[in-house]
Amino acid sequence: MMKNSLPLILFILLVILLAVGLSLDPRKVPSPFIDKSAPQFKLPQLADSTRTISSEELKGQVWLLNVWASWCRACRAEHHLLNRLVQQHDITIVGLNYKDRDNEAKQWLEDLGNPYRHVAVDMQGLTGIDWGVYGVPETFLIDQQGIIRYKNIGPVSQSDLDDIIMPMIVKLEQGAL
Amino acid sequence: MNKWIGALMLMIFSFQLSAAIEIYQFEHKQQEVLYSQLIDELRCLVCQNQNLSASNSALAKDLRHQTYQMVMEGQSQAQIMDYMTQRYGDFVLYRPPVKSSTVLLWLGPFILLLVGVWLLVSTLRKEKQQQGEQLSDEQHTHINKLLNSGDE
Repeated sequence: MMKNSLPLILFILLVILLAVGLSLDPRKVPSPFIDKSAPQFKLPQLADSTRTISSEELKGQVWLLNVWASWCRACRAEHHLLNRLVQQHDITIVGLNYKDRDNEAKQWLEDLGNPYRHVAVDMQGLTGIDWGVYGVPETFLIDQQGIIRYKNIGPVSQSDLDDIIMPMIVKLEQGAL
Repeated sequence: MNKWIGALMLMIFSFQLSAAIEIYQFEHKQQEVLYSQLIDELRCLVCQNQNLSASNSALAKDLRHQTYQMVMEGQSQAQIMDYMTQRYGDFVLYRPPVKSSTVLLWLGPFILLLVGVWLLVSTLRKEKQQQGEQLSDEQHTHINKLLNSGDE
């Protein structure tokens, strides 16, 4: 009995292994930044390029960094969710306008609405490299101490917001995480 | 038929072509060697089965440029690899370091090989045992009796 069922057991194990493998998304590479200090940046603002915005200025609050570009189609998909998020919850979202043209980025915000408190311009994509960005849009959740607590690769979905990001924001703001 | 075999051979033995098109100037030969070594070893995160030298994606281009600059600044291979892993994790390396999270990746094939060898040996042994089963004298006479009885 035992002897005959060995191939069956091996087969079932193989099926389980492959099923788990198939359910993983290879695009979602775990970020080495989780629970580490967010990389510093100091960049010109989209609204007024003579002014800068730095990560230092954002310390002391829970904030989101959303990497986006007007050429990025998936950013369009998540944008209305960000608009709604800032209406419902008083949260600072900083946009990192990644390798974009200023006029196109401004037009995009005019057309689709602007959920960002500040938009930092990363024309060369160097800040993007510092943050390990490889698939725009990406969204980082940073706590009061400037530690990255969560990273969402690709467009944020309603369930990402409801099930992961919002509960984390609330807990972080209460100091319970 | 020969044509197909020829095509198959070409596919199997064709060498990967490099898509890196930027022209960089190096001061020393070593810098150039280090640079090409690095872009072969580093993975492009956008086209995940390509290294930086083979990928045409914008990020790969940026990372090649970053690698070039760091090489020109005189940074060592380890320093540049560290810079990349700090940002993109071990995934950026085609040869990830051996540690608890990657140990299965490194040892898995050998474990599978051992299991395979063990299965092979145990199956062969079992077969040999079955073949080698000898008949007793009593059984021999019984068989001969049966065979002879058929002739009569």
